[in-house]
Amino acid sequence: MLVSCPIPKLDFDTINLGHGSGGVLTSQLLDAGVFRLLGNDLLDKKHDGAIFTLQGKVAMSTDTYVVSPLFFEGGNIGDLAINGTVNDLAMCGAAARYLSLAFVLEEGLKMEQFWEILQHIKAASEAAGVQIVTGDTKVVERGKGDKIFINTTGVGEVHQKAAIGMENIKPGDKIVLSGPLARHGITIMSHRQGLQFETTISSDTRPLNKIVLTLINEFGKDIHLLRDPTRGGLATVLNEIAVGAGLGITISQRDIPVEEEVYGACEMLGLDPLYVANEGLFVAIVDASVSDQFLFQLKQWEHGAMACIVGEVTNEHVRQVLMKSNIGGRRVVNMLAGEQLPRIC
Amino acid sequence: MKYISEFRSPEIVNTLLGEIKKILKGSWNIMEVCGGQTHSLVKNGLLNMLPANIQMIHGPGCPVCVTPVSLIDKAVHLAMEHDVILCSFGDMIRVPGSGMSLLEAKSKGGDVRILYSPLEAVKIARENPGREVVFFAVGFETTAPANALSVVHAYREGVKNYSILTSHVLVPPAMEAIMSDEDCRVDAFLAAGHVCAIMGIGEYYPLVEKYKIPIVVTGFEPVDLLEGILMTVRQLEAGTYKLENQYTRVVETEGNKNAIAVVDQIFEITNREWRGIGNIPFSGYAVKSAYSDFDANKKFDINIAEAHEDTTCLAGDVMKGKIKPDQCPNFGKKCTPTRPLGAPMVSSEGACAAYYHFNLAGSVHQ
Repeated sequence: MLVSCPIPKLDFDTINLGHGSGGVLTSQLLDAGVFRLLGNDLLDKKHDGAIFTLQGKVAMSTDTYVVSPLFFEGGNIGDLAINGTVNDLAMCGAAARYLSLAFVLEEGLKMEQFWEILQHIKAASEAAGVQIVTGDTKVVERGKGDKIFINTTGVGEVHQKAAIGMENIKPGDKIVLSGPLARHGITIMSHRQGLQFETTISSDTRPLNKIVLTLINEFGKDIHLLRDPTRGGLATVLNEIAVGAGLGITISQRDIPVEEEVYGACEMLGLDPLYVANEGLFVAIVDASVSDQFLFQLKQWEHGAMACIVGEVTNEHVRQVLMKSNIGGRRVVNMLAGEQLPRIC
Repeated sequence: MKYISEFRSPEIVNTLLGEIKKILKGSWNIMEVCGGQTHSLVKNGLLNMLPANIQMIHGPGCPVCVTPVSLIDKAVHLAMEHDVILCSFGDMIRVPGSGMSLLEAKSKGGDVRILYSPLEAVKIARENPGREVVFFAVGFETTAPANALSVVHAYREGVKNYSILTSHVLVPPAMEAIMSDEDCRVDAFLAAGHVCAIMGIGEYYPLVEKYKIPIVVTGFEPVDLLEGILMTVRQLEAGTYKLENQYTRVVETEGNKNAIAVVDQIFEITNREWRGIGNIPFSGYAVKSAYSDFDANKKFDINIAEAHEDTTCLAGDVMKGKIKPDQCPNFGKKCTPTRPLGAPMVSSEGACAAYYHFNLAGSVHQ
């Protein structure tokens, strides 16, 4: 992604407490930074909030982004803050239209870094086709934050053909995964651990709204549920679905796509890819009658080459996820208790 | 994963299972000693693929599980009261002490850091000369060389603010403690492959002779485990007992001489308390007195009351193979991974965690 807008000339090169005071420094930061980069008709009004009209059913979602490191292979906190909320809305069958954007900055954050993040926010919101229409900036004392936290809240219009809900899931439905597992989590983990692999593993952060809305337009009510397996990974999402729908889920380890280098990294770090976070991936529970066409369409998407039907819904072993292992054994895939921790040996 | 894929091949797994079924006549209890083997059996669904006449008993080879409560209390004490940077492998930090776990200590302001290698802790010590850095050196013979090497590095580089809190345990004495128990139900052992990769296999000959019991040094992949089981069943059915090595691609008879040398340089053998099992003579490592500057036990005045294990926890019986995890009355009720009574419920290699996480307590519908 091309990020080339030069940093404006400012009297300061680091964020200090004054930038969150609401006074002159705040306006300098906002005018030279946020408004200049992200401006649009609604934001430019600089009102306390944004006033707009939406059509039909509206979906709303919010998320807060605290990732460390701020920049990693394939993305950064700015991309995540836009894509994450856009994708949550997409999972509701909604096209994200407007976002709020709130920063908690830590005193001492380099303006250079903030500027770079802002530019990525701009690029990501343009790529996803959303407008940032209201926002907030606060500064906390050094040591009270971790450089920058971002919250985005989004609203979007639900597609007229969308009929997404746990109650629509029924036995026989197929479980489709849009791509390979665990890329984002392993990217972050290897950064934190200072590990380097022969091939570069990069985060899968990306907006999913366009492909999801295309699929909803084509398959409508035959898409029974959409979820993005972010924190907690695929295993957590499938367990939530099994419990929420009061049905069982069977998956096949052999069908679950994991890139070889990601798999190798998981083995080294002692992590199970089923529980590792993803940022540009979705799970669709679709009617068996359309699952093959659904998969075919999904595979046409530029990031859909590894999409796969990984399992199905059943009325056996209710509220449980069972996995057929590569060697033909079966085991329960449970919810994770706490964080996955690296093993001793 | 080119090299590893053949050890996960469904075809080879099926051939081995067929071979086991063909020769199996009796009913046998086989103990896999290492927690890594337990998890591989469970994670791959192997336990319910084996014939019903083969009962796998899950051994004590989970370093996190056997680290005594008092030592976790010491680590917590160092983090909370001595302002040290307490570094640890990941599994260790959720294990309950008598007061709190290291994870709780971290949330209460203790500087607890999760590392993959003790050498990283030496680096942290170098970068923070004003603070004491302690590495919580737990594990079997597998982690001992790296922990010893961290002391060698710190010694050579004159890093004076580094020390290790040692709780190393040794596998052969633990196996002997199980064999010599009157209630021992184990007919054969799968010895821990990675431990033997370091130490070699020589220590096991006397055990085979004394207790007349087959021991097969075994790896961790599904094909390794089934081949190890097949080799023990062959011996059991033939009424023989000998030491065999299934894991020849990794384990050499003499072990890793460099690793053994660095262990011998830093550590000496000592009696060791095993959580849930009790005191086992000559079953652990302590830092030699020549390196006592790097021994956190001696460097810090850790004056805390000796804590004891929760008596309602039956972890000892689980680790000795007397009961299966789900036969414990507390399993999944009073004891869960978020509110554990004992370590095997929280360690990633613990048998109770394996049963809980992969839900083997009878609710899998086949």
